[in-house]
Amino acid sequence: MQNLRVTIERGPDQPNAQREFDVPAQANQTVLDVVSWIQQNADPTLSYRFACRVGMCGSCAMMVNGVPRWTCRTHISKVLEGDSVTIGPLRNLPVIKDLAVDMDPFFDKWVAAEGVHHGALTRDDPIAPVDPAEAARGQADAGIECINCSVCYAACDTVTGNPDYLGPAALQRAWTLLNDSKDSARNAILEAVSGVGGCHNCHSIGSCTAYCPNDLDPLSAIAGLKRETAKSFFKRGR
Amino acid sequence: MTRTADIKLRAHPLWLAYILHRLSGLALAVFLPFHFWVLSLAVTRPDQLDGFLTLTEAHVVKLAEVGLVFLLAVHMFGGLRLMALEWLPWTPSQKSLAAGATAASFLIACLFFLKAI
Repeated sequence: MQNLRVTIERGPDQPNAQREFDVPAQANQTVLDVVSWIQQNADPTLSYRFACRVGMCGSCAMMVNGVPRWTCRTHISKVLEGDSVTIGPLRNLPVIKDLAVDMDPFFDKWVAAEGVHHGALTRDDPIAPVDPAEAARGQADAGIECINCSVCYAACDTVTGNPDYLGPAALQRAWTLLNDSKDSARNAILEAVSGVGGCHNCHSIGSCTAYCPNDLDPLSAIAGLKRETAKSFFKRGR
Repeated sequence: MTRTADIKLRAHPLWLAYILHRLSGLALAVFLPFHFWVLSLAVTRPDQLDGFLTLTEAHVVKLAEVGLVFLLAVHMFGGLRLMALEWLPWTPSQKSLAAGATAASFLIACLFFLKAI
């Protein structure tokens, strides 16, 4: 195989505009390598986003053949259909230009779900012990490897249908903090995730868990939030 | 996104289980008012009901009944699946075991049922 036929979705000024490129095939080549080759050799106006190139920063996610993926850790040979591949901007987020999307709605929801640390101690207090064997700690550890790549958010049909829905990543963060003994805002978190766009919008479709590149399980995290908010409703009446 | 891409994104078992549950629910919702109307004939117009019930001897109606039982079964197990998924904090392997045990007992019950009729 000499060349890859790569279709890139350009936007947003030319909606649905697609452009094809021939890219030399290499023995070892990620989707991000392909996009970078196009930008460096064929079309310098192509906009996209990346940083670490090793699957840690979460900035290079794109739709690859209709499926959201972290492009720096996706080998092109795994996604080629014949010798073709189509690469587009992430779904469910506004396109800034070409393959770069505006991540603001994603991170705004992260904050709206109380996905921020709520500490109760000062630097003068002794360090609180964390027991790794504790069941709640296990739940918190399960979601802590999230890299904020927004792949789950792009995969979620509920986000597509309801722009107010907080989405899998933000809710999983809330679940992580809810189970973190160092976090002190349990009620605030439960309040935030049981509102209009909260966890009860989730239809358990499971695309978040199916596509998470780090093998995390937002579906189960959201189910946990559903249980805790329901318990809180019956105990506290809200 | 193209239509093929739309389908590709959703081609995983959890999404298929979701859509099967949703569509069977809609189909049952369409069927139920008709079902209750027929039942109401027993009270309002029994002679008409008898006439209608002879229709159930027709093969096409019998085939439709198979479809109906399928919809009911699929919707019931879809609902049980959802409740287990959302309300029972089990590990994935525990859930697989429970699903396997349910499927096996359902199969055995069906075998007994077929033997009985």
